[in-house]
Order: sequence, then structure tokens, then C-alpha cells
Amino acid sequence: MRVLPGFGLSLGITLLWLGLLVLLPLAALAAKAMGMGWADMWRVWTEPRVIAALELSFFTAAVAAVVNLFLGLLIAWVLVRYRFPGRKLADALVDLPFALPTAVAGIALTTIYAPTGWLGEPLAALGIKVAYAPLGIIVALIFVTLPFVVRTVQPVLESLPHEIEEASASLGASRWSTFRRVILPELIPALATGFALAFARGVGEFGSVVFISGNLPMKTEILPLVIIGKLDQYAVPAATAIAVLMLLFSFVMLLAINLLQRWAQRRAVA
Amino acid sequence: MNSSHSEPAWVRRTLIGSALAAMAVVLVVPLVAVFWEGLAAGWQVYWAAVTDPDARHAIWLTLLAAAISLVINGVAGIAAAWAIAKFRFPGRSLLITAIELPFSVSPVVVGLLFVLLFGSHGWFGAWLQSHDVRVIFAMPGIVLATLFITFPFVVRELLPVMEAVGSEEEEAARVLGARGWQILWRITLPNVKWGLMYGLILCSARAIGEFGAVSVVSGHIRGETNTMPLHVEILYNDYQYNAAFACASVLCLTALVTLVLKAVVEWRAERALNQAKVKGGVEA
Repeated sequence: MRVLPGFGLSLGITLLWLGLLVLLPLAALAAKAMGMGWADMWRVWTEPRVIAALELSFFTAAVAAVVNLFLGLLIAWVLVRYRFPGRKLADALVDLPFALPTAVAGIALTTIYAPTGWLGEPLAALGIKVAYAPLGIIVALIFVTLPFVVRTVQPVLESLPHEIEEASASLGASRWSTFRRVILPELIPALATGFALAFARGVGEFGSVVFISGNLPMKTEILPLVIIGKLDQYAVPAATAIAVLMLLFSFVMLLAINLLQRWAQRRAVA
Repeated sequence: MNSSHSEPAWVRRTLIGSALAAMAVVLVVPLVAVFWEGLAAGWQVYWAAVTDPDARHAIWLTLLAAAISLVINGVAGIAAAWAIAKFRFPGRSLLITAIELPFSVSPVVVGLLFVLLFGSHGWFGAWLQSHDVRVIFAMPGIVLATLFITFPFVVRELLPVMEAVGSEEEEAARVLGARGWQILWRITLPNVKWGLMYGLILCSARAIGEFGAVSVVSGHIRGETNTMPLHVEILYNDYQYNAAFACASVLCLTALVTLVLKAVVEWRAERALNQAKVKGGVEA
């Protein structure tokens, strides 16, 4: 029984909005890709420059996501479990990478980690090059994807019943083994979701990376930048082929994240 | 707190210390660096950079694109949340997935999508050229790219709130003879106002800061198709570091305002939820 009015109107607006803004552009990409055929697409995908960028983008995004797995768990734990002055401020600050324009983060990080920068100079003295090297890309991605793991783990940690920890302690488990055997397994779906979100975002990220990476072909050129390079040379089909590859990856990650979230919800209910 | 679920004081202090130290290095240092570099050459240089005609035009264009995105994605977001939360229909979960799609597309790919539609060799390229309408390397392209990027923000914040509130109040109003628009204005929107605010805040922050997608479609024409982040990029690549960071600091301020507004809205929403729970508890 439909008591409430407006179903046709609201669904109509939704489909028009989705169709014109999202589905039509995606259809244009699909049509362009079909026109190319798999053989041409494969040729672009296996260009040495594209393969190098693909490896770099995946490698740096994976390293940054792993770092944030640990960093995110630490920050979420401290924010949920402990009370200390400035906790609310720290909690609000976690979202800074979501609020700060990526280009601003990009130029700020480049200035800090350049060989003459605040942190770049002491690191250069130790022989560590950050800006204009793959490490710089990782640093930028750590900044941009920091909130993901924190924000997926935090609510799970908050809703974890204290009883299970008390039970574990009363059975003689040490605090460390309670964390490892009781708390950590409960957090794994949330950690995996946060990791996947950070990884997916890292592979597609552009604004924060493009300044610090140095953009040397074959060395520090990320995948989105190859698309821009192809567009600048008016090689629209080649740009399309790389975009199709990135989009396929995005859809696989979207599916994986949906499955992970469903797993996390089942765990929470059980 | 019971010692059975708390750590020794030294562990607690070490963990808090290392978390805060990591946040200081990763988050606070870049923030400080922007203002430091922006003000390094003094207030006069700072003020000149921020009030430069190209900078003013970039600010105007950024705000325009953000405003259009807020209105369109806001209104359509409310309609979509209404359709999805209040009704059950075939394809509903597919629709939810499709709405979330723009989040998983890389910004540069988003820019490319609109080049494929409206570029000189795109689907509508020839038609647009013969009618002398410019979309790519012009304002409409920037607005479209921003609309795509910020597409899901309002719906995805509204939807869980609308579903949690339920439809009993709306159904009661309907039975008592209220009309559709009255129900929306008087009952639904007041009930979900904090979720709506939250979505609009996230939408505007992302619209103001978007770089990759806008960069592909803008063509970087100074004083014409530059948004604020693109203006910062041009100044930076021209080695005008102080001016670049001065303009970047303006964007930083909007980000900080966003964080404050977000915290306020979260706090108000939590309070509203708790009050609703107390009311519900009394009735039960």
C-alpha cells in the first residue's frame, strides 16, 4: 500500500539526474572503447610507459594503505579508548584530508619534503630523497587516505561490548593477548574495508601527488598523469584505453568494498 | 575504569603520544606550512595575491560552480532519498549502487568523460561547434565536472537518516489530509535537516577543492576558466610561491571552516538523535 505521494516525480527526477550526469558520460566512454576494440586497447595497456605508471600507482597506493592500516588503527584506538586534553580537536582534525583541496596538500607537502624543506633537508642529510621520488608519492597518499581506516574502525571499536574483554581477562588472558585474540578479530572487517577504500582512492588520486612526484616518465609518473599526457597529445583513444583500465579497477574495488561492508555488518549483528 | 579492560599508564601515554605525534607530522605540519609560506613575504604581498583580479575571478568561478552543484545535487539528492527511503521498487538496490558510482571514478577519468561527450571529436562536439557553444575549456565543462564529482554527497548522508526516522509521521499527516509538498516541508525536511546540512557541507567542500577533473576540462585560461585550486597550481608552477601559498591559505581557511561546521552538525545531530531516543523510550 502506497500511502505517501510523489513516487513517480521523485523517481523521475532521480533517473533524469543520474542518467544525464553519470550514465551518459560513462556510456560515451564505453562507446569509444567499443569502437577501439580489444587489440588496440591491449596495445596501449602494454606500452612500457603505461606499465611503469600502472606498477608505480598500484605500488605506492598499496604501501600508503598499509601504513595507514597501522596508523589508522592507532589513532582510532587512542581516540575511542582514552580521554586526554585535545581529544575532540584531534578527532575533528582527522577529516582534514577530506576537507583540504588536494592541490593545496600537494604544494604544501612538496615544499616541506623538497631537499630544502623543513623535513626534506634533514632527511636529505640522511640520504633519503622524498620529493620528486616514489617515496614522495607515498607520503602524499598517506596524507590523503589517512581518514579512511580511522573512520571505518572507530564506530566498531565504540560499539564493542566491554564484557568480552572482561571475560577474557577473568579467564587469565594478558591485556596484549586479549587485544590480539579478542579485539583485533572483531576489527578485521572494518580494517579491510578501510584498507580497500584507501587503496582505491590512492590509485586514482591526482591533485596531491602531481606536485610532489616530479612526473618523470617511467620513474615517477602516475597513471592519471599518463591520461593527461595522452590528452595533451590529442591521443584521445589512448587516453580512453587507460581510463577504461582505471574504471575496471574502480568497479572491482567497489564490488570488493560492498562485499567487505556486508561482511562487517554480518559480524556486527552476530 | 576497570583495570581488566585498560592498559598500564605507560602504555596509554606511549600510544597517545605516538598517535598525536603522527597526526602532527602528517596533518598539522602541512597546514602550518601553507600559512607560513603564504605570509613569508609579508602582509602586503599576501593581500596583493589574494585580491589580484585573476584570483578574484578564480574565487568567483569556484563559488559559482560550488553553488550550482549544491542546488542541483541538493534538490535531486532530496528527491532520490525520498524515492529510495519511502518506497520499495524493483531495481532499488541497483539504483543505490549507481548513485555511489561517481565516488569510485578517478577525477582525471571524470574530466576525460566530459571531453568524450563535449570535446571537438566528442558525441556532441560537432553540434556544439556549429552552434558556437563551448563546454570544454569553458565554464559549463567546469560546472559539469564538479557536478559529477559531488554527485552522491547529499543523498548518501540523507538516506540513512530518512530510513532511521521512518515514515510513520508522514503517513499520519497524509491520513489527516496533508498534501505532498506540505509533508515534505513540514515533516520530512525538519526531521532530516542535520543529515541534509552534513551532506551540503561535504558537497561544498569537495566542490571548492576539486582539482583533477576540473583541470582536464578547464584549459587553464587565466582570468577565464581558472578555479581557485587551478589558480594556485599556475602560480606555483610560475615559481610565484608566496602568491600560490597565499591563495592556498584562503582554501585552507574554507577547509578549516568546513571541519568546524561538520563538528557542530555532528554534535547537534547526535543530540537530536538522543532526544528522539528518550522520547521513543518514554512511549515504549
